[in-house]
Amino acid sequence: MKKQSKVARVNRWGYIFLIPFFLTYVIFQVIPLCSTIYNSLFENFRSGLKQIGPNFVGFANFAKLLGTIDFWNYFENTLLMWVGGFIPQILVSLLLAYWFSDPSLRLKFQQFFKTVIYMPNLIMASAFAMLFFALFADQGPVNSILVSMGILKQPFKFFASVTASRVLIMFMNFLMWFGNTTILLLAGMLGIDQELYEAAEVDGATSSQVFFRITLPILRPILLYVLVTSLIGGMQMYDVPQILTNGKGTPANSTLTVIMYLNQHLTSKNLGMGGALSVVMFAVTGVLSIVIFNLNKRKD
Amino acid sequence: MKKKVLSVLLSAAMAASILAGCGEAAAPAADAGSDAAEAEAPAADAEAPAADAEAPAAEAPAASGEAGKVLNIAAWNEEFKTRLTDHYPGYEVVDGTHGKIGDVTVNWLITPNENNAYQDRLDEILLGQESAAQDDKLDLFLVEADYALKYVDTDYAAAVESLGISLDETKDQYQYTKDIMTDSNGVLKGVSWQGCPGVMIYQRAIAKEVFGTDEPEEIQKLFADWGKFNESADKLKAKGYLTTASVADTWRVYQNNVSKPFVDGTTIQIDDNIKKWAEDSKDLYDRGCTTTANQWTDDWSKGFYPEGKVFCYFGPAWLIDFCMAADTEGSVAHDGGWAATEGPQGFFWGGTWICGCAGTDNGDLVADIMRKMTMDPDVMKDIVLKDNDFVNNRPVMEGLASDPEYHSAVLGGQNALKMFCAGADKIDMSNLTAYDQGLLGDYQTAMVDWMNGNFASYEDALDSFYKAAEVRYPELTH
Repeated sequence: MKKQSKVARVNRWGYIFLIPFFLTYVIFQVIPLCSTIYNSLFENFRSGLKQIGPNFVGFANFAKLLGTIDFWNYFENTLLMWVGGFIPQILVSLLLAYWFSDPSLRLKFQQFFKTVIYMPNLIMASAFAMLFFALFADQGPVNSILVSMGILKQPFKFFASVTASRVLIMFMNFLMWFGNTTILLLAGMLGIDQELYEAAEVDGATSSQVFFRITLPILRPILLYVLVTSLIGGMQMYDVPQILTNGKGTPANSTLTVIMYLNQHLTSKNLGMGGALSVVMFAVTGVLSIVIFNLNKRKD
Repeated sequence: MKKKVLSVLLSAAMAASILAGCGEAAAPAADAGSDAAEAEAPAADAEAPAADAEAPAAEAPAASGEAGKVLNIAAWNEEFKTRLTDHYPGYEVVDGTHGKIGDVTVNWLITPNENNAYQDRLDEILLGQESAAQDDKLDLFLVEADYALKYVDTDYAAAVESLGISLDETKDQYQYTKDIMTDSNGVLKGVSWQGCPGVMIYQRAIAKEVFGTDEPEEIQKLFADWGKFNESADKLKAKGYLTTASVADTWRVYQNNVSKPFVDGTTIQIDDNIKKWAEDSKDLYDRGCTTTANQWTDDWSKGFYPEGKVFCYFGPAWLIDFCMAADTEGSVAHDGGWAATEGPQGFFWGGTWICGCAGTDNGDLVADIMRKMTMDPDVMKDIVLKDNDFVNNRPVMEGLASDPEYHSAVLGGQNALKMFCAGADKIDMSNLTAYDQGLLGDYQTAMVDWMNGNFASYEDALDSFYKAAEVRYPELTH
């Protein structure tokens, strides 16, 4: 009897500690989500200083958004730039985490390098983008170095080339996030029981066998976590291309991401179209996440 | 024991974080309260008679027309701030964003134009004007030609006459500066201290080297129309010089000579001259006579220095004085290396208007700033002599134009005012629309993409422009 009440009391504390989370979640997630869906059904924008609407228009905003190829173009841009940044990011992070976690390598200055690779993540994305903008400007330092070394005859216009602009954005996202991913994977690798490695060594496994047969399979939940969070972050890619191209998604809208497109609608405070776009993004991200989770389950 | 300590710590941390969250939200509210001298608002409500002594003190300034304590000014750059600091009697600088006139604090709300940021912020302030605390209300805001119409025809801009200025006082101002600020009911809503006729500003040293002369009359003959402009561009190219720093430089010259506005009702229309800008610019760029840099970037302003190898810029007086790095040692302007001539076609660029804001509690001060800065001939003459701006006062400008004493150091001693005066008389702003700033930015972005080879044809680029424009202004179609 006495024991039971103690359990109940402990439970009560659990609920109390959960209150802040649920409160913040409801205020900052659930309510905005519902109001976004609600707003997406209205024509509601500002023309100059004059407010137009809100007038109920049903699904007209969705029809307008999905009726043109534009949205899918920008979605493709986003996906492409995310994948291009994520693949090198996961490969480099895996390699670094493997090296850091392998005691037989006896790496020196581990703490120092862990700090250094995490550094780019501490810089604001906008500052990082401005730095790159200055570095790769037509008359910027990168061009003058390349020209003075004789590699280029005349300055290369990085921001006028579709490929160069996209690659720069991928590279910046890679640089900003690989440290973070390394730390996550490293935590996962350090959690693997050393006995497994010792047993493998006794059985004469090569290091690549150890990596692919022991490390990777045990790491799968963490990899999945990294993939899904990166996917959600990638779908919402905004700050780097926005600052790098001054919000224009130049050249020729090839770096315009979905969220930048959303931001363009907000110049005229177009809550209807903005809401519709957000709802579509919510659905797309949800579907992609479910697909990834299911792929993982089937392999199990 | 440890668990207990931990749980106490955790709940303390939790409470602290909740309170911290509250603190941030509560602070502005508290500020607003104290601004109105009603720090004890609830108490005042409950005990009405006791609070009476304090409440009128808070309400008084607005009701009796006494001056408020804070003058809020919205602008997109430092230009007007510099003018006020240098020429308004009694203006003291406090720090980067604050000044003082008598015992009134001047609060500068400066937001750059880039990507519509200034208009976005101004809109928010104006729409919240009614509910803002007395000292947070905007008193004065600046607009430029590209979007002046958006604000002129609203109630947010106060009629100049309602501030106690009679229209007769503005008689020396150029008519076009008043036409653009007159709303559909014929009420004048703002005034300007500057006129903005533009000229072609070229480097004397390059002119001498390539054309053998730096005399404005001779150079004018070589650039008298677009055909000659292009011929001369090739000669400059042969000697390794760019004609203009960017394709955007000639934009205003083409755009001001259109025969129809950018928008008719809610339909976007492309004038032939605007199309011609895109085609001529692509041609000029393909021949290596210019670049596609954005204006105001380092790649564009490198031509302010001799190593930039840029022959000319197009701009009004404010560009020459305010933007071309005249204070920086080693710049062309610092050494007086520029000269001015009319160029292929007359044009104007920009211009800044001062609007009193409806609901201001500093009406008298706003009126006085308007009088001193835009109507007082002594102050205006002083602006020309010290800053070489072109001021909005016909007698002053015409007097200086024929004054043999006056010359511009940046232009190597040339007196270009006669040229500016002639240009000012020709300015016609009847083709402006409220959408110009957004539309011309989007048009240039799309066309530059075409020049850089990222669109296959002018039509593709035009489609991209329409897309961007119709997202920016949902009410427009094409």
